[in-house]
Amino acid sequence: MLSTLSKKMLMCLTGLFLAFFLLIHFLGNLQLFLPQEQAHLQFNAYSHFLAGNILIKIISYVLYASIILHALDGLIITLKNRKSGAVYESDRRGRASKWYSRNMGILGTLILIFLVIHFQNFWYVYKFGAPPLDERGNKDLYILVIAVFQQWWYVLIYVLSMAALCYHLVHGIHSAIRTLGLYHPKFVKWFKIVGIAYSIVISTGFALMPIYIFFTVK
Amino acid sequence: MDLHLKIWRQKDRNAAGKLETYTLTDLNPHMSFLEMLDTLNEQLITHGEEPVEFDHDCREGICGQCGMMINGIAHGPLKHTTTCQLHLRSFKDKDTITIEPFRSAAFLVKKDLKVDRSAFDRIISSGGFISINTGQAPDATVIPISHELAESAFDSAACIGCGACVATCKNGSAALFTAAKITHMALLPQGKEERSQRVLHMVKQMDKESFGHCSNTEACEVECPQGISVLNIARMNFEYNKALFFKKK
Repeated sequence: MLSTLSKKMLMCLTGLFLAFFLLIHFLGNLQLFLPQEQAHLQFNAYSHFLAGNILIKIISYVLYASIILHALDGLIITLKNRKSGAVYESDRRGRASKWYSRNMGILGTLILIFLVIHFQNFWYVYKFGAPPLDERGNKDLYILVIAVFQQWWYVLIYVLSMAALCYHLVHGIHSAIRTLGLYHPKFVKWFKIVGIAYSIVISTGFALMPIYIFFTVK
Repeated sequence: MDLHLKIWRQKDRNAAGKLETYTLTDLNPHMSFLEMLDTLNEQLITHGEEPVEFDHDCREGICGQCGMMINGIAHGPLKHTTTCQLHLRSFKDKDTITIEPFRSAAFLVKKDLKVDRSAFDRIISSGGFISINTGQAPDATVIPISHELAESAFDSAACIGCGACVATCKNGSAALFTAAKITHMALLPQGKEERSQRVLHMVKQMDKESFGHCSNTEACEVECPQGISVLNIARMNFEYNKALFFKKK
């Protein structure tokens, strides 16, 4: 059986991979901000390229495995922690830490629920459904994206989920660096700042996509 | 000053405990928290009742024996202070104070506010030592150690093992305690020799004692009477990862 430290290491490695994946996903999705005509064809061509690339296919399996391992390991860790931690009649321990650091399990569950919705919205339809084709013959993912983000409640779900993602990343990246064993005070401080900046940029950027589409693209 | 106390009373390890209410009057605000409990106990004994049992020893903030949850905070409202160094002037007249024992799955209540922290001792026995031949004391200059290194090792060695980190941690994790011991020895030349097996053994024992995982919430450092840095935990992770990676069998 893995030690408590090794279980955290699994959390750290899968988490860092997922956080890195977000950057690639984010950079690709920036195409949605292009003028509509250009965005339409370019985004579909990009999706087609990714779907047909063997390297991307391998990475996608690593991605699915990481999501499952991260969630399962997180569940195991949380259950164990629930058992080993104490319950007090009068409890003000919260003054010493941030709420999002104490509730990574809840934030993670929210993100997992979001992922189910997100996969169902796009991934499932693209892979197993029958999406329309664009004028170049690529599957028209762009139209799907636009259709989903015409509905205000989807925009709201996406934006709120990105807020949960932001807090999850702020603690997660910082915690992962600890688990990796970086103990030099100067670099720990720098990594913390970079981690927070990364979390804010990624989640705000993702949140702006549905908002931008809702208000500008018809 | 007058104080209302709600104190955790528990007959023994297996009994169910509950909070009992007591009121003390005419207390001196400069009294220490433990002196206040002594006063209560004198009154209880006078009335033929069982005194409240609690751990204490030096009452100077250095032995790590005392420790209780005071109004839901380990060692009470002051930061980086042991329970014995807390005084009634930190509270207001007529305050109600809830006092509970330090708890976790690995810290069982023996009686009232007294807690079995022998899990810490077993972690130390599993690797918190240096196997050297004893004999004549070596000359102090035989192994040169810089002032900075000695200070840095002492920052970790300053841990008094009171258990506030475990009691404060939502997971009941002993990461800060174990990490402080590992770091203290990994920094010094005498301790470097056995650093790999030490970290593996101590982490194994820590897990055996049913302490939880470290979630890096950093609450332990905030409530630690000695202000032991959470970077010790990062250092433990580094030592552990390295030892595990290079393990030969």
